[in-house]
Amino acid sequence: MSHELVLNAHNLKQHYHVKQGLFKPEATVKAVDGVSFTLDRGKTLAVVGESGCGKSTLGRMLTMIETPTEGQLNFLGEDLLSLSKEQQKELRQKIQIIFQNPYGSLNPRKKIGAILEEPLVINTQLNKAERKAKALAMMAKVGLKTEHYDRYPHMFSGGQRQRIAIARGLMLDPEIIVADEPVSALDVSVQAQVLNLMMDLQQEFGLSYVFISHDLSVVEHIADEVMVMYLGKVVEHGKSEDVFTQPKHPYTQALLSSTPQLSSDKRRQRIKLQGELPSPLNPPSGCAFHGRCQYANERCRKETPVLRSHADVHLIACHAVEEERLESFSGAA
Amino acid sequence: MTTETLQAPAPRTPLQEFWHYFKGNKGAVTGLVFILIVCFMALFADIVAPHSPSDQARDALLLPPAWMDGGNWAYFLGTDDVGRDILSRIIHGARLSLSVGLVAVTASLMMGILMGLVAGYCKGVVDTIIMRIVDIMLAMPSLLLAIAIVAILGPSIVNAALAISIVSLPHYVRLTRAATMAEMSRDYVTSSRVIGASPLRLMFVCILPNCVAPLIVQATLGFSTAILDMAALGFLGLGAQPPTPEWGSMLADALQFVQRAWWVVTFPGLMILLTVLAFNLMGDGLRDALDPKLKQ
Repeated sequence: MSHELVLNAHNLKQHYHVKQGLFKPEATVKAVDGVSFTLDRGKTLAVVGESGCGKSTLGRMLTMIETPTEGQLNFLGEDLLSLSKEQQKELRQKIQIIFQNPYGSLNPRKKIGAILEEPLVINTQLNKAERKAKALAMMAKVGLKTEHYDRYPHMFSGGQRQRIAIARGLMLDPEIIVADEPVSALDVSVQAQVLNLMMDLQQEFGLSYVFISHDLSVVEHIADEVMVMYLGKVVEHGKSEDVFTQPKHPYTQALLSSTPQLSSDKRRQRIKLQGELPSPLNPPSGCAFHGRCQYANERCRKETPVLRSHADVHLIACHAVEEERLESFSGAA
Repeated sequence: MTTETLQAPAPRTPLQEFWHYFKGNKGAVTGLVFILIVCFMALFADIVAPHSPSDQARDALLLPPAWMDGGNWAYFLGTDDVGRDILSRIIHGARLSLSVGLVAVTASLMMGILMGLVAGYCKGVVDTIIMRIVDIMLAMPSLLLAIAIVAILGPSIVNAALAISIVSLPHYVRLTRAATMAEMSRDYVTSSRVIGASPLRLMFVCILPNCVAPLIVQATLGFSTAILDMAALGFLGLGAQPPTPEWGSMLADALQFVQRAWWVVTFPGLMILLTVLAFNLMGDGLRDALDPKLKQ
């Protein structure tokens, strides 16, 4: 059970064609450009990066809301993308998604009971009483009361709504939950409750999470592995403690240094990134990060770095790390 | 020792909430009351009306209303040129006007919802085809189009209702399509898709209930348009055929007596005006009560 592989993504790509105007050629946006990872049962993989780096697109591909342009997606040994529609429908029940905004992810015209039972109505032959029993059991698990069954979403707070969304995601006994910034719309005290709920449920059901977030303090709390993305590519991928204690890639270092810390000895030297995320319509040559990286040299501008493993399982895509041009990251300021 | 648990007040159901906002709008409530009275009149026309709508009192042609010189209390609003009681004809005409409005609005609402949902859901070529057809229909003056349709099908109440429903179709299609497209991008639609909901389920169970608010408002306002168009078609002789009592054709029939006997055109005209006004007032109130953005 400890190392059972549930999801294996290989070289996933999502390219969009964008019309720029009547007389300009069609441009391609490489929203996700060659992402590979594996996910074990009961583990949490966190995908972090600033907005526009392709993390949500990755989540949408994993749940098959969008079909990848290229790449393979293996779920429990079956290639999801080459299956027939029927088989896909069967298997996609096992990968569910929780959205960022709990105010948009629940149908405002339906009662909580109906929202929770909808997955069962569509996918199972259970009768009304059985469905209700299952919905009530799930509501109890996520900390909702029985009387909430007959209420509408607008009568709930953000945290409660996110609990409802989680309960709905769990109705079909999924293996994997893709959580797309599940707590960033909630306030901090509620964030902790929802995160703890998610971790409890993970233990109880043996769930695997793909946890998409830009909030590193949340990620540190929940993740087993961390994958840092920049402009559609993975720049660093490793165990959570490795990435957080010894970030190698300059971008990860900058990201970590931007997380506020309460105690002064934990505070890191603030690395300020210059400029904006480059336009994915016109990505920079070589390493996509070279324009904002203080270690960039000629090679970085020309040659695209590939993910290489450093110290066993820690993957980094950076020439500077490879050439050991990097000053070691200072822990305390 | 007993601990008292306070029961949270039961949250208002959407219907209660709607009524709370609706009753704050005096005009809308007035409109609703008037419409209810007209509905009552239409339903129980046989009992309420003092005379049969087609009874001709040969001894009382063009009798003025009861409160005027020469008026007769048996004919409260006077009689027309062949001695029929105007009040009774108005009461019976309500039956026709309301049912035509109902049929026309229901038909165009159903067709419009279907086309709008499909256009908004499928996008692409289907959307383009449906919307271009709608654009063409919108480019023609609606009454002219209705006249053309009735001219082809032949003048009768059913054909007039059909023509009115076709003419008012574009509004419903556009409204449904816009609402559908807005709802499609919401996360709850995506999450229903992830759990495997079929396109039909997504369209009718998931999206449609969230689009009904603007449609109810449009349907209410469409009701008044339908009554008005029906009156216009009746006035032109393309709607109800005599001796059927219909407000529009009552106007047309009595036009030649307008100089001598003002009451033969005033009361049916007033009735059309008031009914249309009532529907518009109620439509406005509905919009205010159903649109969350206008709530405090």
